[in-house]
Amino acid sequence: MVTTPSRTKQIEVVDLRLSYGLKEVIRGISFAVHPNEILGVIGPAQSGKTSLLRCINRTIDFTPDSHVSGTITIDGEDVYRTGNVYTLRRKIGMVAPLPVGLPLSIYDNVAFAPRCAGLSRRGELDSIVEQCLRQAALWDEVKDRLDSLGTKLSGGQQQRLTIARALSHQPEILCLDEFSIAIDPVTTMRIEDVLKELRRHMTIILVTNLTQQARRLADRTMFLWKGEIVELDRTEVIFSESPRDRRTREYVEGIFG
Amino acid sequence: MNASPVPRFGETPSVRRRLRRENLARWVFGAMAAAMVLPLVLIVGYLVVRAAPALSLEFVLDVPKRGMTEGGIWPALIGTVYLVFLSLLVSAPIGILAAVYLNEYARENWFNRVINLAVINLAGVPSIVHALFGLGAFVYAAQFGYSIISAALTLAIMTLPVIIASTREALASVPRSFREACWNVGATRWQTIRSVVLPNSISGILTGVILQVSRAAGETAPVMFTGVVFFKAVQRGDLLPYYLNEQCMALSMHLYTISTQVPGVKEAIPFATAVVLLTLVIAVNAAAIALRVYLRSRKKW
Amino acid sequence: MSPAPAPDDSPAVMAVRAARRPLWARLGEKSIEGMVYVSGISAIIFVLGIFVFVLKEALPVLGHEDFSLSRFLFSTEWYPTSEASKRYGVLAMIAGTFSVTLLAMVIAVPFGLGAAIYLSEFCGQKTRETLKIIIEFLAAVPSVVWGFIGLTVMSKLIVQFTGAPVGVNVLNGGIVLALMSVPIIVSIGEDALKAVPDSYREAAIALGVTRWQLIWRVLLPAAKNGLLAAVLLGVGRGVGETMAVLMATGHAVHVPQSVLDSVRTLTANIAAELGEASAGSEHYRVLFLTGVLLFTLTFAVNLAADAIVRGIRRK
Repeated sequence: MVTTPSRTKQIEVVDLRLSYGLKEVIRGISFAVHPNEILGVIGPAQSGKTSLLRCINRTIDFTPDSHVSGTITIDGEDVYRTGNVYTLRRKIGMVAPLPVGLPLSIYDNVAFAPRCAGLSRRGELDSIVEQCLRQAALWDEVKDRLDSLGTKLSGGQQQRLTIARALSHQPEILCLDEFSIAIDPVTTMRIEDVLKELRRHMTIILVTNLTQQARRLADRTMFLWKGEIVELDRTEVIFSESPRDRRTREYVEGIFG
Repeated sequence: MNASPVPRFGETPSVRRRLRRENLARWVFGAMAAAMVLPLVLIVGYLVVRAAPALSLEFVLDVPKRGMTEGGIWPALIGTVYLVFLSLLVSAPIGILAAVYLNEYARENWFNRVINLAVINLAGVPSIVHALFGLGAFVYAAQFGYSIISAALTLAIMTLPVIIASTREALASVPRSFREACWNVGATRWQTIRSVVLPNSISGILTGVILQVSRAAGETAPVMFTGVVFFKAVQRGDLLPYYLNEQCMALSMHLYTISTQVPGVKEAIPFATAVVLLTLVIAVNAAAIALRVYLRSRKKW
Repeated sequence: MSPAPAPDDSPAVMAVRAARRPLWARLGEKSIEGMVYVSGISAIIFVLGIFVFVLKEALPVLGHEDFSLSRFLFSTEWYPTSEASKRYGVLAMIAGTFSVTLLAMVIAVPFGLGAAIYLSEFCGQKTRETLKIIIEFLAAVPSVVWGFIGLTVMSKLIVQFTGAPVGVNVLNGGIVLALMSVPIIVSIGEDALKAVPDSYREAAIALGVTRWQLIWRVLLPAAKNGLLAAVLLGVGRGVGETMAVLMATGHAVHVPQSVLDSVRTLTANIAAELGEASAGSEHYRVLFLTGVLLFTLTFAVNLAADAIVRGIRRK
C-alpha cells in the first residue's frame, strides 16, 4: 500500500452530525481516509451510509430540511466553508446505487462533466471520453456507437457508463454507493478489477451492502450502524475471528442486520 | 346432506341482483359521459350546417362590408393572430422561467408557498377582472392607450399561470436521479437545467404553450376594453395591417359584435365566424395533442 | 480489454483539472438565474398588481357622499345613468351570478362526477383516451362561442320547449355554464379518484363487492375531498365567467323569480357597461368596485379549493 507520510489524511471527518428535520441519521462520527486507500463502508440499510457520501460532496445541500454540523476537510480544506462547491464536487467522483444514464448520447454522458468545468476543445474531450470509457471497461462495447443514447444501454453497461462519468472530471476521490445492486455478478467482478487499478491513482470510498465485497477490495473497513461508527479497522481485523466489537462479528457473519 | 345441491359459484338471486346493479351503474355513468360528448358533436354539427352558406376561403380573406353585415373576417382573424403571438411572446418566457424557479430553485418555505398561492389565484381571477386590470394598468397607468400592446399584455398575464402550471408538470416529470447525477459531477444548477432538465421536458412545455394559443385566441373580455375595436378598415388579405400602438379587431370580439350589436347581419355570417374561431381553436388543440402523443412515443428513457 | 488508468499528469487529467469556465459563461449563468428569480416572483407581483390597480380605481368612490357600501351590497336598485338620483346596488347582480352558478352546478356536478367515475372506473384504456381528448376539446371552446351557442341554439330550444317569452335567461346561462364547467370537474375529479390507492380497490374486490358497491362505499368516501375541490373549481369558473353569461342570460337587472327569468351577472354587468362609463366617473369606479368584489369572491373559492387539495396531498 502506498502512503505518503505528508498527506496521510486526505479526508478528515470530525464529529459529523446530520439530521433530516428532527430525525438524526448521522450521530457524531469522526474518521479519516488516507490517500490511495480503499475504505470499505458496510452496515445495514438506514445506517447512514448514503447520507455520509452526500455530506462529503455536499449534494446534501439539495435535500430540503437537512442539517449538517461538524467538519469535513478534504486536503485540508473545509468542505462546508469552501468558496467553490463545484470545484469540490469535481474532486470527488460519485457513483449511485442505481445506474443513471443521462438522456444524452454516450459521448455526451462522459463529456458532460468536463464541459461543465469549462473544457470545450473537441480533441481534449475525445481523449477524455476514450480514456474514461476504457477505465470503466466499457470502451470496446460502445466505441462504434458513441452517438446512441446512454439510457438505451443495458443495466450493467449503464453502471459502467456511470463510473466513466464519475471519472470524467478526473477526481482524486471516488465514492461508490452500493454500485453492484443492479448489475450481474460478472460485471461486478469486472468493475472490482477496475477499482483495483484505479486505487493506484485515487482514494476510494466503497459503500457496500455485500460484506464480502469489502473484504475483497478494502484496505480498511468501517462498520456503520444507526448513524454511528461501530468499528473502523484494517479489513483483516474486521473480518477476523476477533473484531473489537461483538456486533461487527455478528453483522459480518450475517447474524443481524 | 343437501337435497338439491346448489352450484357453488353459480348465480344466486342475490348475485344476479348485484350484477344487474353493476350493469345499471355502468350504463348510467356511461350515459353521463356521453351526455358531455354529445352536445359538442351536435352543436358543432349545427353550427357548421348553419354556417355553410357563408363559409369559403373568400370569407376568411375578405374584409367586412356594409357596416359589417356582409363580407368576411380577415381583419379580425389577423388581429387575433397579432394578439395571441404577442401575448405568448411575453408570457411563455416568463411562465417557463417562473416554473423553473418554482420547480428547480425554490426551497420548501413560506415564500415558496406564497408564490404557489399566487399562481393558483392568478389562474382563478375572472377574465373581466383581468380586463379591469389591463385598463387601469396598461391603458391608463402605463399610458399604452387602447392598443394591441395593452391587450396583448393583459392576455399575457391571463395565460401566465396556466403556462407556469403546465411547465412545472413537464419539469417534474424529469426524474430526480438525472439531476443528482449532474450535481454529483460538479454541474451547477443552471448547467443541470440547461443540458438535462429542459431538453427532456421541452415537449411537455411546448404542449402547454400551444394549448394557451387556443385559450388566448378565444378570450374576449380581457381584450375588449384594452385594445380591440368593433371595426377597423384593413386591406383584404393584408398580412401586416396593424401598428402595435393601434387598436385592432379580434375574431372573438367580432363574433360578439356581429351577433349582439349589429342589426341586419346576414344570417350565416355569425355562424361562419363562430365556426372559423372554433376550427382555429380545435386545430391548435389537436396539434398540441398530436405533438404530445408523438413525443411520448419517442421518450428517451 | 485492459483498464488503463491515466497517470496523474496525463494531458487529459491536466486539462480537466486546469479547466476554468470563461467569464461570460459564469456571468451569463448569473444573469439567467436572476431572470429566473424575478420570473419566479412575478406571479406574486401580478396578483398584488391586479388587486391594487383594481382597488385603486375603485377606492375614490367610497368617499362620495351619495355612495354607501351597504347600499352597494344590499340594494337591488341599479340606476347608474339616472339623471335625478344615481343608485348603485348590485344585489340583483349577485343574485344573478348565484342563480346561474347554482343551476350550472346542479347540472354539471352529477354529470361531471358521473363522467369522472366512468372514466376512472368503468371504461377501457382506448375509450378513456378518446373521452379525455374530447373533454380537452370541450374545455377549449372559447367562452364567446358558448355565448353564441346560448344566444342562437339554446335560446330557441328553450322558447320551444318551455314556452318562455325570451330564451336568454337563467336556464340558458345555467346550461351553457354547466357545459363549460364540466371539463374542469371531470379532469380534477378523475385525478381525485385516481389518487385513491389501488390497495383500497384490491382489498374491496377481494371481499367480493361489486363495482357499484366499491364506488359507493369505498371510492367516493376516500376521494371526497378531491371531488369537493373539483366542484369548488367549477364554482370558481362559473362565478368568473363573463362572455358566455353576458350573451346567454339576457340583461334584466332584477332578482330572478324562476329559471326562466332573464338576469344579469356581476361579470356581465361590468362587460356590458364599462364601455359606456367614462374613465374616472362614479359609474366607472363602481364597476371597478364590482371587480374587487369578484376578485375577493373567486380568491376565497380558489383558496378553499387549494386548501382542500393540499389537505389530500399531506395525507
